[in-house]
Amino acid sequence: MATMDKSVPAVETVEVVRTFGTARALDAVSLTIRQGEFFSLLGPSGCGKTTLLRAIGGLDYPDSGTIRLLGQNAEDIPAHKRPVNTVFQSYALFPHMTIEENVGFGLRMKKIPKAEAEARVKKVMDMVQIAQFAGRKPSQLSGGQRQRVALARAIVNEPQVLLLDEPMGALDLKLRKELQVELLTLQRRLGITFICVTHDQEEALVMSDRIAVMRAGKIEQLGDAEELYEHPRTRFVGQFLGSVNLLEARVTSRSGKDILVDTQLGPLRIDSSTQRSPACANPNFHVAIRPEKVALLSRSEGPGENRIPVKVQQLMYIGSETHYDLDAGPQKLSAELMNAKVGSQGYDIGQEALAYLPPAGLIVLDD
Amino acid sequence: MEGLIVIAGLITVVVLATVILSRHAQRGARAVERVRPRGEIEFGERLTARDHVIRSAITSGPGIAWVTFFLLIPLLVMGVMGFVTNNALKEYQATGSLEAFKAKEVKGVTTSAFTLDNYKRFFGYGRLGFNPLYPKILWRSFKLALGTTICCIICAFPLAFFIAAMPAKYKGLALTLAVIPFWTNLLIRTYAWQLLLAPDSLITKAMNLIGVGDPGSPLYPSAGAVFVGMVSAYLPFLILPLYTAVEKIDWSIAEAASDLGADGKRVFWYAVLPQVMPGLAAGITLVFIPAMGQYVVPDLLGGAKMDMLGNAIQRQFGASLNWPMGSAIAFLSMGAVMIALWIYARTAAKRGAEALL
Repeated sequence: MATMDKSVPAVETVEVVRTFGTARALDAVSLTIRQGEFFSLLGPSGCGKTTLLRAIGGLDYPDSGTIRLLGQNAEDIPAHKRPVNTVFQSYALFPHMTIEENVGFGLRMKKIPKAEAEARVKKVMDMVQIAQFAGRKPSQLSGGQRQRVALARAIVNEPQVLLLDEPMGALDLKLRKELQVELLTLQRRLGITFICVTHDQEEALVMSDRIAVMRAGKIEQLGDAEELYEHPRTRFVGQFLGSVNLLEARVTSRSGKDILVDTQLGPLRIDSSTQRSPACANPNFHVAIRPEKVALLSRSEGPGENRIPVKVQQLMYIGSETHYDLDAGPQKLSAELMNAKVGSQGYDIGQEALAYLPPAGLIVLDD
Repeated sequence: MEGLIVIAGLITVVVLATVILSRHAQRGARAVERVRPRGEIEFGERLTARDHVIRSAITSGPGIAWVTFFLLIPLLVMGVMGFVTNNALKEYQATGSLEAFKAKEVKGVTTSAFTLDNYKRFFGYGRLGFNPLYPKILWRSFKLALGTTICCIICAFPLAFFIAAMPAKYKGLALTLAVIPFWTNLLIRTYAWQLLLAPDSLITKAMNLIGVGDPGSPLYPSAGAVFVGMVSAYLPFLILPLYTAVEKIDWSIAEAASDLGADGKRVFWYAVLPQVMPGLAAGITLVFIPAMGQYVVPDLLGGAKMDMLGNAIQRQFGASLNWPMGSAIAFLSMGAVMIALWIYARTAAKRGAEALL
């Protein structure tokens, strides 16, 4: 089963469809996941990401379409024989077994000789720092510790692909951040392909080599973290990963790499050399700009290109940065500014200013 | 004698209550000293040691009294009765005087009113030499109870999973159907089996066709008829607790087992069975104990050949008018059941099930 050829995709899905009643949980999903990759399926609940994960793990079967594991059609392989292990959202630890027995379960099922199995269990328990809980029952552990047991129980089998279903879902923020780093380190060390389902965009951005953003059973956009964040293709992706200011734009003229458009906020220039959307050629499209790309200038700088007179309506000071809600007449804008200066920062509520939208920071969207 | 029993009972109640209540009070007082100068806070109320005593008396008092008068004292009486000679007991019943239990001297031989004979006779050492009548009866009852329990498990398991997998609106109906036989008296149900196993019934004719039984004669009395009657009598006791356990199964644990390489059989053994074990254990206890003492069903469907512990005890208290012997049998069979359940509880505990007693 295990192939040494690294060019064979770890997982390949072709036009996979899965319906529950009338709902299409997976609507012709095709994607290719490389070996050794940390891949995330990101989307809101009900977008089909968990269904896809279960189909890869063999806990659910697609209505149509093909899933290949390391080049082999997975349809013929029952769940218990797939070179795939899962870290369940609820952890699903065996409540009647000790931690050691839980971790050793997979090896026991595969009839690995006892001495070897014990050594492997010990090594993995050391690796995720749960060796001191070996004799305890899952009910005696905290959420974070159970999470580690679930992880150990899966990786001890040395699967080709590890599936993680909302692995941090039940943990508090601080623990989650710690474990994100640990998980990433572990993945690099083991070289196993990780496929992680999450609805937490930050988690996906931090950990993943590539991310597939899913919506209503379809893959909305696939790319690495920077690509998804800097070049969202749709309004949905833009709003789901971080936040954006959205504008409707009507093209007034084009010259060279510049597109001049008319928006609710007045005329804007867009730099088309940084755009990836085919919608640039359309007469109307949506434009997005990330709040941190918006700059605030003093009114005294005077009007100019892409400068919009605004009034500070609300601000949130979060230490390292300040978030502004700006009233720009027909529309609101949000801006996030780093508090890089020493001393008093920025603008006050009610103060008038100019918001500068840099032409290269404006993103033309497909939809 | 009756007066003595009442006095003994009252003393027992007082002693038990004092022990239980004073432990409560001590615990309360200790907690009070440790935590609060003016009382322990429980359910949002500040309770002093006195409050604890009063509350315990109100809440657990009636239960203690009931169990003492209707369980502990009768058991005590039976326990003593097993060591009394039948002659002494009969004399006491005739005269109503405790003089009956004093040692008597007849023709120069002193005979005590107390004896081990009843227990010896149970183990086969009677006046007429060794005769393993009662061990045989015990063994037969044990086999019947065990067989009934196993048959009930085999029938209840698929049924419990089947009902649990039904759409929610049919579950109630299915459970009701499974329990409906319960609404009829056991005696009537057992007589109904006689009708069903009569020579001209469809069941008998069908069984005759496949070579069971002689055409023209009923299918009872026979061991098979006894089993059919017993299983139909006790099946609901196993279905209900088992169904409750099956309903609560966390199927993600079964999925985890499958994900980790367990095939169907091992998923059941390692991930499903341990989860239903508490329900199964409760069901087994509910079936095994009454089945061990059952005598109506073996009587009506097994004929005189199927003498059970229940019959033996009933005969001693009834036809034979030997209450001490009856008490001894009752006590020893109770012990046998407890030992069987203890062994079972230990094995179940090893399988990771919760304690069943």
